Amino acid sequence: MTIGKEHHMRSAVSAADIAPTAYAWEIRATGLKVRVGRKRMAVDGLDLSLGTGVHGLLGPNGAGKTTLIRALATVLRPAEGSLELLGESVGGMGELRALRRQIGYLPQEFGYYKRFTVREFVEYMAWLKEVPKADIPAAVQRAVERVGLADRADDKMKVLSGGMVRRVGIAQAIVNDPTILLLDEPTAGLDPAQRLRFRELLQELGTDTCVVVSTHLVEDVAAACTDVVLFAEGRLVFQGPPDELASVGGPEHVGDSPLERGYSALLQGPKQGKGTW
Amino acid sequence: MSVEHASMRIIDGYARGDTDLAADEVWALEAHLEACRVCRDRLSTAVTAQAPAVAALVGTVWADLEPQLAGTAPMPRRRHWSARLSRWLTPTMVPWLAMVVGVTLLALLLDLADTGSGEVSLVLLLAPVLPVLGVAASWSRGLDPAYELTASAPRAGLYLVLRRTASVLGVVVPALLVGGWVTGVMVAQWLLPCLAFTATTLALGGVVGVTRAAAWLAAVWAAVVVAPTLATSRTTFALQTGGLPAWGLILALGIGVVIARRGAYSVLGAHR
Repeated sequence: MTIGKEHHMRSAVSAADIAPTAYAWEIRATGLKVRVGRKRMAVDGLDLSLGTGVHGLLGPNGAGKTTLIRALATVLRPAEGSLELLGESVGGMGELRALRRQIGYLPQEFGYYKRFTVREFVEYMAWLKEVPKADIPAAVQRAVERVGLADRADDKMKVLSGGMVRRVGIAQAIVNDPTILLLDEPTAGLDPAQRLRFRELLQELGTDTCVVVSTHLVEDVAAACTDVVLFAEGRLVFQGPPDELASVGGPEHVGDSPLERGYSALLQGPKQGKGTW
Repeated sequence: MSVEHASMRIIDGYARGDTDLAADEVWALEAHLEACRVCRDRLSTAVTAQAPAVAALVGTVWADLEPQLAGTAPMPRRRHWSARLSRWLTPTMVPWLAMVVGVTLLALLLDLADTGSGEVSLVLLLAPVLPVLGVAASWSRGLDPAYELTASAPRAGLYLVLRRTASVLGVVVPALLVGGWVTGVMVAQWLLPCLAFTATTLALGGVVGVTRAAAWLAAVWAAVVVAPTLATSRTTFALQTGGLPAWGLILALGIGVVIARRGAYSVLGAHR
């Protein structure tokens, strides 16, 4: 055999790729409480286990969706209870660098630098996410192509439309090939055709990634999610496949689709009647 | 180091698609090909010579791909300098730093013109708080649109805070050095308070947010030192050589707190 020496060879499959996982769930929360401000518990005693797949996080405004996503992104620390991401406990004040390298995050308010080109911005994010230097150009190109912005990659961010900026946000979230992908309202500002394409991308990502998508658009969930997490007032109301949520609703409930009727059936308490916000 | 390459037997066999190549040989060859240009060239010659059917197939695929590739812009080779700079400074910090340098120059001009403030050096009076403004701009929610993304990144935390602080000091300190040298103020007399203020901003910032800490400290400085000094036209004790040990102590305390609470810079709180 005269194939290269071992130290020169770069194997096509790395040891990390074939290592067995040491956790049962990518995301596992037990009795999780997250405080917002001084007093309010926006997430109040949440038990949740999420594995690979696309999980739609549904709930009314103010239900604590953004706070939960921020806690999952490790920028807010739990006040009580435990949160385990990829088998690693998140709590205390550690820096969690190794864990964060495997997380992709699109915040609800996606801020960016207007003077940067799309490529420069995604490259900057890849650098912040500690993608190895040699892999950055290829990773950036791949991420930009996946969101369909390859032809606009060298345009400045300030000339892009709202939907395109949102897609840059998705590109920066997936540039490090995350194992946990957190998207807070990713479809806001996308037109219907872009939304369809985005759902395809979600399904594609969901085959090997734990994707958590927060949204208040029920139809997004129906089309792209393998699992619905219904969340209200900081607590879990329902978790299961979309069909199951649809089956809860009856004709007496408010909504235009079975899923919407299921949603209102679970969220409408006996006190709340039609016509109230 | 001489690199060993794949033998012609394996490459020819691979090109023909021979079944007598062992699976581990195929695997090792493919891994090698990924990294070795020489062997890729040899494989391409082997395919043309040994397997015309494969060569024809590749030709067809290439012909189909070419129009699509022509439509895609090639990746620019050169990086814009601003992209490199962003690893040290966020773009939003640049105007702040320009302002800080401008204020230094203004103080220097006033010192040289020697108007109003008597024996007090304005450069000395402003030196401690100038970098604080830059540090605030480097880690603030209001001034950095990408603050939440930055805070969630693996590189966030003490490392990035220090990197940005270092770049602020890298701009401010030379400007102050020039100012101090022209006005004849001893370096330690302003450098120590300047570093002490920067460290205290970061230390307090871990608790209440860097921007808020910077605003408080600048206000305290203005009330306790700048106002009385300008009123009495005499350099206060805090800035005389006798005050240096106290500044050294504050600096050490600030650094200690920053190191002890380094985890605080990777959550949203420090961005307030």
